Amino acid sequence: MSDGNGTPERPGCALVTGGSRGIGAATARALAAEGWPIAIVYKSSDDAANAVVAEIVAAGGRAMAIRADIADGASSDAAFTAAEAELGPVLVLVNNAGVRADGLAPQLSDDDWSSVIDTNLTAAFRLTRRALRPMLRARFGRIVNVASIVGLNANPGQANYAAAKAGLVGMTKTVAAEVARRGITVNAVAPGYIDTDMTEGLIEGVAQRIPARRAGTPAEVAACIRFLASEEASYVTGATLVVDGGLTA
Amino acid sequence: MSATVTAEQVEARVLDALVTFGADADVVSRDATWEQLEVDSLDLVELAQVVEEEYGVEITSQDMQNLLTVGHVVDLVVERAA
Repeated sequence: MSDGNGTPERPGCALVTGGSRGIGAATARALAAEGWPIAIVYKSSDDAANAVVAEIVAAGGRAMAIRADIADGASSDAAFTAAEAELGPVLVLVNNAGVRADGLAPQLSDDDWSSVIDTNLTAAFRLTRRALRPMLRARFGRIVNVASIVGLNANPGQANYAAAKAGLVGMTKTVAAEVARRGITVNAVAPGYIDTDMTEGLIEGVAQRIPARRAGTPAEVAACIRFLASEEASYVTGATLVVDGGLTA
Repeated sequence: MSATVTAEQVEARVLDALVTFGADADVVSRDATWEQLEVDSLDLVELAQVVEEEYGVEITSQDMQNLLTVGHVVDLVVERAA
């Protein structure tokens, strides 16, 4: 973050799911640098979440970590309420949390299917619905859904993940159209191969197919999310910003 | 919910909310339709939020389809809050 003197006072906060690691952690840092108090919602890694909070606080920002299983409606709602109570209305929501349970379609179990849909799509919808109420009142809001190029193009072995991510893109467009006249934007980013825990072991052998010849970094995705969450992006809504080093170009 | 909610109170609150949503204060009345007020579906969602928060009355999307005027909303709220 900059020296902190130029960052505006924010009338609410930004909530980032899956904020303890990877793209979520990078997004939390990037939005904190824009002056947003940050609620990091995470599922399992206390140490990682607390480390991101400590980093933001050390840089002069405000942040809190909230442990929740967002696939569970009550847990998700409680996390959202806790963020509001501590940091004010959630005016930026980044639906980043995602899980994978890969396998070719004939072998995907019902659990593999539903766990991925529940976390990657249904939880994002629930949080979006929850966030829209105060955003409508505030006549301002930024929702950014972290989709994937897998939601746009085929990726054998990820039918469940692809369905969830394509669902996010569709949800993004429709909700964007519903609330655009209230100053609320809803967009998606579609990362390609990004160097995170989630893609560990996947990137070798793929780099040659990527025009940029390398995996992306979480910070490169976070920079796009930061733009979509900014005032400057006020006329961008319903869009999916592909961040893939040219892979799907 | 308190049984002391009166139709006058609800009507005043609903009219006030509609004006804040952008309806013309000279046109809002109990008998005005949404078309006359240029109130759109998103305004009605917000109105439902106001009513739920202040009177504890939930207005569903199914209810909405039968609520064509300000008076319809007021009557529904008074009935359910009683």
